[in-house]
Amino acid sequence: MKAPALEVARLVAARDLRLAFRKPSQLLQPLMFFMIVATLFPLTLTPEMSRLRDAAPGVLWVGALLSSLLALEFLFRDDAQDGTLEQFALSGQSLTWMLFAKTCVHWLLTGLPLALSAPIAAVGLGVPAGAMWSVVASLALGGFALSLIGAISAGLTLGARRGGVLLSLLTLPLAVPILIYGADATHRAIVGMEIAPPMYLLGAITVLGVTLAPLAAAAAVRIGLE
Amino acid sequence: MATWTWFHRLASPPHVYGFARRWTPWIGGAAAVCMVVALYGGLVLAPEDYQQKDAFRMVYVHAPAAWLSLMIYTTMAVAAAVGLIWRMKVAHAAAAACAPVGAWFTVAALGTGMLWGKPMWGAYWVWDPRLTAELVLLFLYLGYMGLRAGIEDPNKADKASAMLAVVGVINVPIIKYSVEWWNSLHQTPTVMKMGKPSMDTAMLWPLLLMFVAFALYFAAVLLIRLRAELLRRERNASWVREVVT
Repeated sequence: MKAPALEVARLVAARDLRLAFRKPSQLLQPLMFFMIVATLFPLTLTPEMSRLRDAAPGVLWVGALLSSLLALEFLFRDDAQDGTLEQFALSGQSLTWMLFAKTCVHWLLTGLPLALSAPIAAVGLGVPAGAMWSVVASLALGGFALSLIGAISAGLTLGARRGGVLLSLLTLPLAVPILIYGADATHRAIVGMEIAPPMYLLGAITVLGVTLAPLAAAAAVRIGLE
Repeated sequence: MATWTWFHRLASPPHVYGFARRWTPWIGGAAAVCMVVALYGGLVLAPEDYQQKDAFRMVYVHAPAAWLSLMIYTTMAVAAAVGLIWRMKVAHAAAAACAPVGAWFTVAALGTGMLWGKPMWGAYWVWDPRLTAELVLLFLYLGYMGLRAGIEDPNKADKASAMLAVVGVINVPIIKYSVEWWNSLHQTPTVMKMGKPSMDTAMLWPLLLMFVAFALYFAAVLLIRLRAELLRRERNASWVREVVT
């Protein structure tokens, strides 16, 4: 029997959320990683705030990208190892919607908390207080796009032996546009310019990702499970 | 029905192997002839550039290599899509054969660009949008080959890397435009227009002929690599035993 797609997605999302909150320490890892990366830059670059402010968009976005890559490993791996993903694929329900729900939850648990805690790192990088909302908004939107693109590579590397480095190698070139527009939005926010143009483009990429990425991820997961 | 038999024959490894063996010398020979003529035209007959002097002659290697790096990626993605849609093993083998050639052409385009950039711009590397896009393309090739090498089951490796090639082809234009947009914000330190927009005919024909030569060279190398790939994949098939012994 085929259940309505949205109901399937809701159930998968509820399951993933419940499982994630049973292991809260794993939730904090990407966030801690992001904070440590942001700390390394003042130590290696300069403690001078005015120069750090110039580097802030790059630091925030490279940190967000790296920590999102770190979290991507957990997106499908546990479910693939214990056979859950195989059951999903065999259940006769839409695998696309299930994976879309998993990706959304992944963003809720990694991308969104990272965006919300980014102001802490941003203050340390000399970002003015007035720019904080824009920094949070750009990282939240871009983080969602990163999760969507990452879901494809996470699906593709399911069959690979050493997934970790390969996952980064596949995701990074695909993430270039997100990084460019996201960092530009943050840069504009810091210097007090209008952030709408890069945010629209980031939004367009996210819409494209929502439309196509779950389909591609489902096809990739099916290949990995064969 | 008869119109489709050529397509069905493409799915048969021994047929494609035979085709590749017959055509490689002809295509390779044509590539060699074109290349010699184009080199003579480009290095000897074409006049000096009034600004860049003889250094502009790098374009005869650089531009065709850059052009092919994109064309090979497209070829690879089309072959990968054909392999996914019609489950054609030969198409997957062709896509696998494309990747290293394309990666080397990308390296050649970047390398010759750097050699040209040093005397012209005063630096081996600047973050010009086209250079950056080419570098990202190299990473895409490396990711494709890495994924193929990382998956042990050949069938799975074929399909997963084919998916990646198709995803990449959707992403390539987005990357290209985003990189161009990105650079328009950061003022570029040097003027990077390559010569005048219109080229003298004496300079242009060797360039176009070199395009043809490079494309033919790619076709010849692809056929050789495809033969090796087919032999390796079909090593247990009876036709391979007949061909090899």
